[in-house]
Amino acid sequence: MMRFLLLFSRQGKLRLQKWFTPMTEREKKKITRDMTTMVLSRQPRSCNFLHWKDLKIIYKRYASLYFCLAIENQENELIALEVIHRYVELLDKYFGNVCELDIIFNFEKAYFILDEFLMGGEIQETSKQMVNRSIEASDMLQETMEEYMSKPAF
Amino acid sequence: MPAVSKGDGMRGLAVFISDIRNCKSKEAEIKRINKELANIRSKFKGDKALDGYSKKKYVCKLLFIFLLGHDIDFGHMEAVNLLSSNKYTEKQIGYLFISVLVNSNSELIRLINNAIKNDLSSRNPTFMCLALHCIANVGSREMAEAFASEIPRILVAGDTMDSVKQSAALCLLRLYKTSPDLVLMGEWTSRVVHLLNDQHMGVVTAAISLITCLSQKNPDEFKTCVSLAVSRLSRIVSSASTDLQDYTYYFVPAPWLSCKLLRLLQCYPPPEDGAVKGRLVECLETILNKAQEPPKSKKVQHSNAKNAILFEAISLIIHYDSEPNLLVRACNQLGQFLQHRETNLRYLALESMCTLASSEFSHEAVKTHIETVINALKTERDVSVRQRAADLLYAMCDRSNAKQIVAEMLSYLETADYSIREEMVLKVAILAEKYAVDYSWYVDTILNLIRIAGDYVSEEVWYRVIQIVINRDDVQGYAAKTVFEALQAPACHENMVKVGGYILGEFGNLIAGDPRSSPLVQFNLLHSKFHLCSVPTRALLLSAYIKFINLFPETKATIQEVLRCDSQIRNSDVELQQRAVEYLKLSSIASTDVLATVLEEMPPFPERESSILAKLKKKKGPGAVSVPDLEDSKREGGELNGGGERGPDTTAMASSNASTPSPSADLLGIRSAAPVGAAPASAGSLLVDVFSEAGPAAPSAAVNDDGFLSSAPPSEDPAPPLPEADDLLNKFVCKNNGVLFENQLLQIGIKSEYRQNLGRMYLFYGNKTSVQFASFTTTTSCPGELQSHILFVHHVVSLCSQTIHFRQLGTSLQLCPLIVPRCQPPLQPPLPCVFSP
Repeated sequence: MMRFLLLFSRQGKLRLQKWFTPMTEREKKKITRDMTTMVLSRQPRSCNFLHWKDLKIIYKRYASLYFCLAIENQENELIALEVIHRYVELLDKYFGNVCELDIIFNFEKAYFILDEFLMGGEIQETSKQMVNRSIEASDMLQETMEEYMSKPAF
Repeated sequence: MPAVSKGDGMRGLAVFISDIRNCKSKEAEIKRINKELANIRSKFKGDKALDGYSKKKYVCKLLFIFLLGHDIDFGHMEAVNLLSSNKYTEKQIGYLFISVLVNSNSELIRLINNAIKNDLSSRNPTFMCLALHCIANVGSREMAEAFASEIPRILVAGDTMDSVKQSAALCLLRLYKTSPDLVLMGEWTSRVVHLLNDQHMGVVTAAISLITCLSQKNPDEFKTCVSLAVSRLSRIVSSASTDLQDYTYYFVPAPWLSCKLLRLLQCYPPPEDGAVKGRLVECLETILNKAQEPPKSKKVQHSNAKNAILFEAISLIIHYDSEPNLLVRACNQLGQFLQHRETNLRYLALESMCTLASSEFSHEAVKTHIETVINALKTERDVSVRQRAADLLYAMCDRSNAKQIVAEMLSYLETADYSIREEMVLKVAILAEKYAVDYSWYVDTILNLIRIAGDYVSEEVWYRVIQIVINRDDVQGYAAKTVFEALQAPACHENMVKVGGYILGEFGNLIAGDPRSSPLVQFNLLHSKFHLCSVPTRALLLSAYIKFINLFPETKATIQEVLRCDSQIRNSDVELQQRAVEYLKLSSIASTDVLATVLEEMPPFPERESSILAKLKKKKGPGAVSVPDLEDSKREGGELNGGGERGPDTTAMASSNASTPSPSADLLGIRSAAPVGAAPASAGSLLVDVFSEAGPAAPSAAVNDDGFLSSAPPSEDPAPPLPEADDLLNKFVCKNNGVLFENQLLQIGIKSEYRQNLGRMYLFYGNKTSVQFASFTTTTSCPGELQSHILFVHHVVSLCSQTIHFRQLGTSLQLCPLIVPRCQPPLQPPLPCVFSP
């Protein structure tokens, strides 16, 4: 089971946080601090796995963002690395050449995509097509660009 | 304009986010946020009702502000209102908000649950999924109570859409983890297991997580899943890469599902059914074979997915621990990975080998890689890989390679990362103790540990080395010599001073013959470190000094001078002051034999579980790397013990460690005066147990020239089964102390001292019952023929002689009459005494 997924920039700014178990705000803040310190201080060519307390931390850097995933001790690290990669692929497909700005300005979409892919700390759907299809289906329920442009700007 | 790629981007939100990003300082950011919060608050409180779009926008803004790290204390109501909207996007934001900002307001919870219920029964798959997501994200007890019965129904219903089934499975899993008592699988069990055969791979993937968790808790109910899992796995493994279409990941068929299936199989022992087992073994062999084939793609994702399945398969093989050829193949495969280019694979190989090392089939195979592992320890650039290598060395250590491994670990320790040093120290200490054939090597190793990583040598470690040195006669001299040399280093760690002080205090006499380590030299060496040490160490050194006075009377004047000086007897620390004063007084007024009695050599420690092992387990937490078998160390614990000195049953020892100290130990340890020469420095658990009330006991035989007869220390045996009276009596031929008499009611112990024509006997009475003795008197008489020779003086050193109240069973007692026989000719045993209850 996955415990949490964090995305943060090289400066340590948190861009996305998904917690799969209930935790107090204080705990979350502390964990975030610990993760950012630990991951940002890693050497460039080290391995992608760390031990932290009783969890395994899998991290990978994509451009300016660090993806940090915590899994329980008995889980498979390599497949968790591929979970991260699959999520990046999904974001990429949705946003088209996704970059950090996309995630900043469309944070709620990033959460929605994550929710289609993972649930309750487990993988829900591993087929890229299926996930994309359901995201696109929900997008169909939204407005067009013209309607968007006529919206108030405050 | 920020990038907006699809429909419902909220323009106001995008503008707000831009503003925040453009803020130059933290204050500006907070100012902008507060402005926005005020705006939203006024909008929410406003007279006219907000339309759905605006509500959605503001709720989303609040969410954004929250995720930035600021606290939000309003907006929940509006978010809950969004849930009842018909528009999907509004619902979505509403659900997202309440999943992220979980609120425990019961009114809100009721409303939320209502909304979820509506969505669940709406038959609209997207709405149902949203609701299920929310339940899975929040997973609170209230939600579990409301929905735990409904979700299984959704899961197994024939008309549920596949996507909803997936969500339902994982939602149920989440509820089961948080409130297992509310999720009753009962009637759904077989249908849930049957999901493993579903056509839709996504459904299988989701269902298998649920089944794995359920199997762990109720293995018997779900054991039918094993054969289904095996057949599914073999279908996947043998499928061509085009068969599974979108479930193929970079030419690897269904890697996630394969891993999950293998994980599910690890919840069960190897299948009993021959056909199923055969199929499974075939599967595993195929996976192992595939690892040897050239890769189908250069991309790292392909190799990661392929190797993920391989490592999971190896975990399964290790878990089964029953197919030797598979185990050996797994070991070889891991051996190959040990030298792979990719750091990740080397890391994982080291980690997996740790588990392999504990299996009897593969232990030898693992040991063949010792050189590679040592090399990894020395040359790896990544600290976490080096750490795994150290763990593996620890796991593969056995008698044949213990010395080599300990040496390597010690040299690694010199440059190791500070965060792992303490753990490494514990491990080296455990290995050194466990595999020590020659205890001087053990002493060397521990002293090296202190020298290299003194700060990280916890108390348990150096207590243990002292315990072992005391228990083993053969290593005492060596220890004294080595410690003496180590102390001569210009900068030695405080732990070294502690160990050195203690050992020289006890065994300094063994090296005192050599002029280079004469008593005064030893004292000066210790004293030169004195002022550099902390208070507990200094206290320990003071104890060592008084022991020196006992061992080497020629140093008495020098040491007394030291004790007498103001910095000791007027020291601001109470403990040091007390010790200095008491030791000074003791050295001045006590006669040599009393001094020798008080400062007798430490008796051997009773055998007990190594607290080092317990500390290591606690440090590593659950799911730690395998530690050497505890029973193993207990079995070998006999060797640690001082040869044939004592033979108490270890189990009896364990029981006597508990709160009620054994009657006989108490019996002889009780004195009305406070124990002199308190136990060495810190009250570690090891020493306190032994020294609870008694001070250091019987005199050391070697140095005492007053002709005391006593040789054996007072017995610390737990109460043995009631021995025969004769046996008890007979032992006093050559012993002065011991249990004189014992029956169901009473235990009488005796401690006696003799000097020339004077003797002193202390008699201790222990009440073994739980009732008070109403009256208890003792009389002593002398047999006829000896009467002329012996003059008795009978003192009762207690409060009153008529009615003496005893405390409860097993605890200490008060009465210790003092009998002082004086006789002219030498005494002839036995001396009868009559006790009348």
